[in-house]
Amino acid sequence: MITAGIDIGSKTIKIVALKDAKEIVGRVMILAGTDVKESINKAWAELEKTAGVKPGDLAAIVATGAGKGDAVNAQRTVTEVSADAKGANFLNPEVRTVIDVGAEEGRAIRIDTAGKVVDFAINEKCAAGAGAFTEAMARALEVGVEELGPLSLKSTQEVAMNAQCAVFAESELVTLVHAQTPKPDMARAVHNAISDRIVSMVRRVGMEEKVMLIGGVANNVGFLDSLQKDLNTTVIVPEDSESVSALGAAVLAAEEA
Amino acid sequence: MGKYPTEPLKLWNKAKELRRQFYENYAQAHDKGGLRYAGGAWTFDAVPAGLGEDVYSLTSEPYGASCAYNKEFSLRCLEAAEGYGYARDLCSYMRNYWGSILINEYAFGGPFPKPDFIWQDHICCSHAKWYQTMSELEGGIPMHCVDIGVGAAPPFGELKPHKIDYVAGQILDGIDWMEKVTGRTYNDELYIEACWNDFRSTHTWAKVCELNQAVPAALDEKSLYSLYVLATLNKASKWCADFYEELYDEVKDRVSRGVAAVTNEQARVMSDTQPPWAFLKVFRYLEEYGCVSVGSLYTFGLEGMWDYDEDKGLTPRPMPAKRPTSREEATRMLVDWHLRKPEYQHFYSPEYKSRLMIAICKQWKLNGVMLHYNRGCEGLSLGIAENRLAIQEAGFPVMTFEGNMGDEREFDEARTMARVDAFMETLGIKRVGRA
Repeated sequence: MITAGIDIGSKTIKIVALKDAKEIVGRVMILAGTDVKESINKAWAELEKTAGVKPGDLAAIVATGAGKGDAVNAQRTVTEVSADAKGANFLNPEVRTVIDVGAEEGRAIRIDTAGKVVDFAINEKCAAGAGAFTEAMARALEVGVEELGPLSLKSTQEVAMNAQCAVFAESELVTLVHAQTPKPDMARAVHNAISDRIVSMVRRVGMEEKVMLIGGVANNVGFLDSLQKDLNTTVIVPEDSESVSALGAAVLAAEEA
Repeated sequence: MGKYPTEPLKLWNKAKELRRQFYENYAQAHDKGGLRYAGGAWTFDAVPAGLGEDVYSLTSEPYGASCAYNKEFSLRCLEAAEGYGYARDLCSYMRNYWGSILINEYAFGGPFPKPDFIWQDHICCSHAKWYQTMSELEGGIPMHCVDIGVGAAPPFGELKPHKIDYVAGQILDGIDWMEKVTGRTYNDELYIEACWNDFRSTHTWAKVCELNQAVPAALDEKSLYSLYVLATLNKASKWCADFYEELYDEVKDRVSRGVAAVTNEQARVMSDTQPPWAFLKVFRYLEEYGCVSVGSLYTFGLEGMWDYDEDKGLTPRPMPAKRPTSREEATRMLVDWHLRKPEYQHFYSPEYKSRLMIAICKQWKLNGVMLHYNRGCEGLSLGIAENRLAIQEAGFPVMTFEGNMGDEREFDEARTMARVDAFMETLGIKRVGRA
């Protein structure tokens, strides 16, 4: 039996195909773009090309993500909170705290041994705790977003970034530039600022070991470094952290198929 | 076909008519030779009743909520207040109210009716300033404000005689002041009658809310809002007290027949603080899950009078044993009655509110709690994060959502609904659709 989960995010679409609720047999990620329906079709086509799996082959499909309503071939939808929980639990049943930092939303989720959500917190109407913030800051620092993380690890001193808002943080960065603050230090300040916001949510739901970080920003080594220091723990980052939500949706599909 | 029978409330239209009449009476008071006064919904509205049967009020918070419900009108009010220079993080009811004055439009049609005097109490920092500003905006209106910050009431604190004296003394001074300002002679019989109606209204409202402990719940919170509001308008009126007694009989009958507010009831929650008035659809959305919000400390305790005991929980406060026979006695009874209001207690410590909320969770048989982190009211939001922790520790799941009771610009509908979906998944509640 093969099931699939599709995560239609604000920036990317991910599909994970799961065999017998145990083995990942296909994985796809493409940009969502402005024509989401077309992109969904492209994602399915890509899954067929790379894994030989078509929607018609699937016992069940569950959709999640901001655009989950557009997944016309899904039997049901689940929230990202539930999908994250299941996906993290599948990858590591010892995980009890899941942190998901995506393009526009940051989430902290506490889960039980079965991957059921115990409590959750989501950032409110604000991109300062999400990937959009790093992109804005990378632009302000005139570096590629993929360079921001490694750059911050070269920092030699901590510089405070006090702004709690992505817009004000950009102004603050300009001030730091004029003060001739080294770029690595500014990059580190950016990551510390995001980490502060995320950790506040984690503390709200209560942190329990082990902790897993997923979502696009999990690939940012600078953010990971700040987060681990703030939480004073080692955080697990799975391979392909961006598709954990889709994986969770596939697991839920298997549970109900 | 739903799980439980359901039917509309027979008294629904009457409630709507009473509310409509209230706002019309205020606007038309002068046409009939009457008086208008303005003040908060927590103001001792029994007191001005002694000036005559033609004295009509406009209570600030329900008026602010009425403005907020009309998104287009509210936006104009809010922008007028902000354009005038008032900060956007002030009480949103207050901004709506001031804006209504600034654009000179009454939410119910026509120009904004100017009151003859202001009768207010100092329940929070916003309320203290609200009417000072209102008076200035209207070119100067006589104002008397009663300070009520005397500390928590039993079982959380002691209402010692000097505390009652402090508040009662201000009210008695206020009566003398009202006579001077209005030129009318105060009628103690009307006052005593108004006090008794106040006790009837608030005692009976608590009894109505108590009936919602039944499964299925006879009323949902969205409906409760339309019913409790009458006490916020004029709990000291005979019409309000009589209506609640009629309502109690109808709801009791609904409970006896197992009539449900939500026909597919399979889960029960409560909310807290004022709801986002422009987005009451969130309560209808809950019905997709067969989930009913059965009330809240806000809905039950803003106007309902309750006794609280650690063992028995919340029970409607019994009516006083006898009617007062003098102005002084009526005033002391009124003050004692009101200072015990549940919604006053949290101003002194979030722990008191947590205990009251946990009692509701147990007695009303809840599956979870949805807390509105209301940016529009610092007063009722005070300590809400502490309440969240306490309710969770008591074993009840809690979700939170940010919003603003009176400023729809601060409410994210899509994200809030997504949170509700996630919370329902957390509770293991599946969508059943509205039957």
